[in-house]
Amino acid sequence: MSDSAEKAVDLKSYIRLCGVIFLVVLCTTSAMIATSYSTHLGADWTGRVAVILGIAVINAFLVAGYLMHLLSEKKLIYVVLGFTVFFFIGLMGLTLWANCDYPLTGAVPR
Amino acid sequence: MEIPYTVENRPDTGIYNAKVGIWLFLASEVMLFGGLFSAYIMLRVGAPDGLWPHGWLDVRFGTVNTILLALSAITTLLAWAACKVRDFGKFKFFHACTILLALAFLGIKSYEYHDKWIHYEIQLKDGRIADGHLEEQTDKEVVLHGRIVAAADKKLLYDLRSQPDLKLGAVRIDRADIVKMQNYGPWHNTFTAIYFTLTGLHALHILGGTLVIFYLWGPGSKMWLTDPERFTNRIEVSGLFWHFVDLVWIFLFPVLYLT
Repeated sequence: MSDSAEKAVDLKSYIRLCGVIFLVVLCTTSAMIATSYSTHLGADWTGRVAVILGIAVINAFLVAGYLMHLLSEKKLIYVVLGFTVFFFIGLMGLTLWANCDYPLTGAVPR
Repeated sequence: MEIPYTVENRPDTGIYNAKVGIWLFLASEVMLFGGLFSAYIMLRVGAPDGLWPHGWLDVRFGTVNTILLALSAITTLLAWAACKVRDFGKFKFFHACTILLALAFLGIKSYEYHDKWIHYEIQLKDGRIADGHLEEQTDKEVVLHGRIVAAADKKLLYDLRSQPDLKLGAVRIDRADIVKMQNYGPWHNTFTAIYFTLTGLHALHILGGTLVIFYLWGPGSKMWLTDPERFTNRIEVSGLFWHFVDLVWIFLFPVLYLT
């Protein structure tokens, strides 16, 4: 919040911003629930999960970008988060890689 | 001795020290929850077909908790903004709202845990399985509000989403007929294990955050009189932690309740 912290803060404009964010969060949450229960998407859970998590990412962007003021942060914070994203992708990637590295036949390696 | 850079920004980083500290801490928290989310993926992908629960958690409670946390994130931001415009009264009001919303979240979470705690699966000697919420138990019998399924139909107990019109009733079971009786605690299966681990760790973060916010709202707010700028920075740092806790829930809710 440093950049914005240095600027003059207008409480009323913050209240308006928060109102908009809350409405969007309500809409995205409803969209996630509707996607989860929708019969139009068939039985394909992979696609459904992808859509739901995509909507969750929008929610997360709102919270991180506006409420945590990440859209107007200092370079150091971006560097820290860059490293975090790199290691997080590594963590998830290794998990998925390990999951794929599994004998498909009944053969058990010695 | 005065601690440097609690109010003014460091020339090299451009930020005050506590803010760098909280972001580094949050980075480590991302890896902590990331590890648990990756464990969830492994368990979910590795579950035998039809044996991963659907509909075990009440979406209504999850939705209400999502709204409560979103509101609390907003009141936290407004509490900081009130400090920036030097309106201590509004700060007190918004932070009191945050504390109340956090307590409501924890209350609902506790109710959900209790619901799982009194939910039992009972293996009977004839191979059937009784499943439901414990209503009463004596030395001779156990009474559940639930149903009995054949061993071949065990998958019915996992996919509650596909049985919206499920009829439940009182099930009386003689203790002599019971082979195994287990509640839906973390030990029940991999889903309950990861559910309690993820949500339990998140709830601990909520509890810790609430205690810090309560301190800053109550006894810690004395600093407002002596060093309002430093106090405002403390509110900002605690707010960043609180927003992170909200971020984690934004992913926990769909992953556990909706997919």
